[in-house]
Amino acid sequence: MNPRLPALTLAALALLFALVIVAFSVGRFAISPSDLLTVLWAKISGGSHALPSTYDAVIFQIRGPRILAAILIGAALSGAGAVYQNMFRNPLVSPDILGVSSGAALGAVLAIFLALPILAIQGFAFAGGLLAVAVVYFIGNAVRGHDPILALILTGVVVGTLFGSGIALMKYLADPYNQLPAMTFWLLGSLSSISPADLWVAIPVVLLGLVPIFLLRWRMNLLSLSDDEARALGVNVGRLRLVIVTCATLITAAAVAISGIIGWIGLLIPHAARLLIGPAFARMLPLSLLLGACYLLAVDTLARTMASIEIPPGVLTALIGTPLFLWLLAVTHSRARRS
Amino acid sequence: MKPLLKAHNLAFGYPGRTLGRAINLEVQTGEVLCVLGPNGGGKTTLFRTLLGLLPAHGGSIALGGKSLEACAPSERAKLMAYVPQAGNSYFAFTVRDVVLMGRTAHLGLFAAPGPKDFDAATAALNELRIAHLAEKSFTQISGGERQLVLIARAIAQESPLLIMDEPTASLDFGNQSLMISEILRLKASGRSVLFSTHDPDHALQCAERALLLHAGNVLALGSPREVVTAANLKTLYGVDVELIESLSGGQPFCRPALRTA
Repeated sequence: MNPRLPALTLAALALLFALVIVAFSVGRFAISPSDLLTVLWAKISGGSHALPSTYDAVIFQIRGPRILAAILIGAALSGAGAVYQNMFRNPLVSPDILGVSSGAALGAVLAIFLALPILAIQGFAFAGGLLAVAVVYFIGNAVRGHDPILALILTGVVVGTLFGSGIALMKYLADPYNQLPAMTFWLLGSLSSISPADLWVAIPVVLLGLVPIFLLRWRMNLLSLSDDEARALGVNVGRLRLVIVTCATLITAAAVAISGIIGWIGLLIPHAARLLIGPAFARMLPLSLLLGACYLLAVDTLARTMASIEIPPGVLTALIGTPLFLWLLAVTHSRARRS
Repeated sequence: MKPLLKAHNLAFGYPGRTLGRAINLEVQTGEVLCVLGPNGGGKTTLFRTLLGLLPAHGGSIALGGKSLEACAPSERAKLMAYVPQAGNSYFAFTVRDVVLMGRTAHLGLFAAPGPKDFDAATAALNELRIAHLAEKSFTQISGGERQLVLIARAIAQESPLLIMDEPTASLDFGNQSLMISEILRLKASGRSVLFSTHDPDHALQCAERALLLHAGNVLALGSPREVVTAANLKTLYGVDVELIESLSGGQPFCRPALRTA
């Protein structure tokens, strides 16, 4: 029988831990692991340490929130991607299949266009994401006489395109010196401006979405069967799908609202996890969450250290991920053939 | 005795289009009922309606003496199991994982299968003599093996009635006979089977009763020897068929007359 925590999941956990230490250490202001431990211990035990106060600022105000954000957003996007790939029986589906990203982007771009403050941009993005998925879900369900899965995907694509033209219009109308760069920057995605306050809002929302998915993890397997099969096995498919779509949308919208659009992770990390550990959702979900967290943390650490200016992580995710993924695809397929 | 499944004056079809009317059928405990009919004759739609996957267009369906509409999904699943055609699977689940899915109706909403469910899955795999496939990937076994796995899943579901939609479709000659033997074995173990097929020989080989479905209507319902006749097969399939008595005794078999001119 399979052990409770497969070796791969433990390895991913260890990798994440190592990456956190590296991410704290490197940067314009280098911090050695021992200094990091000293400062952290002082914080936990309530004592004091002899290091300059700059250490505290870098660890708790600058790098800490950013590392937490990378872990949160990487895990959120991969988790939602795993859910959608399973539900739509398609390994090439990403969390924005039902239009959450385009909805969030339109919301954010609209808020930038109206010159609203940061908090409103995030609020608009979150609301836009939820609204887009709600529209897609209700239209998809109202279209009768089609395969419900196909109806949802097609509606998602169409509504996404509609929102895309809204985004294009906003960009065209925007002031090219202030608003247009802000929009472009938001659409590329970044973790550099995430504050601890953003995290305190996003973390509960992501957890709110993840907990039901985790509890329903065994039943998730059944959603990957045809609707007829799942229903004949005793599943209330319509209700289960609504719960899952709601949860996955909350997770993605919360992540996108604070980071902007970071593509690619939600598509390929769950796929990689499935190649590594198989499709059984109870094992695949934890590995997806961990690998997503590792991946975005690694990419974001590179993004802020490899050049004198920050490279948007949205650019790097694909640049590093594509060769990595192709390698994984080649290796796992040849292994499957041999066995 | 109360029938497991009973349809009374049933009308069925897709939303917006009724395919068949006035269907009356019963499946008793330990009985095999075979549905014969041409492509597009409504076999699959009838089965989906009986399974509660499509709403009935009229009449009534009773499952274990209770109206089908009044049964919750898990209640239905405990009384009848659906064995779909072994077509494509999307993800590479292991055979054991697929069979465990049959335990859904016995599990709470947030529960994962426990030792009792693993035992039921192992017993089902043993019953079909495919325990050696347990750790193989469902996508990497043959079509015949997949069909056996789906039957094992239905057995793990522990429902007295198995509804099989063309279990022999897309199987080779050897696997088709294997499937018919399996249906006979299920009957011998006290289970009921409702299945559809394209081959009238299958009805003769293993069914207590055969239902001939022609353009949505019941052409005949009765013991296979009485209803699988040259005249009925001509109506169903539009070809002349000769029924040949087997020399070794047992059931006759059908041979279509080929048009050579």
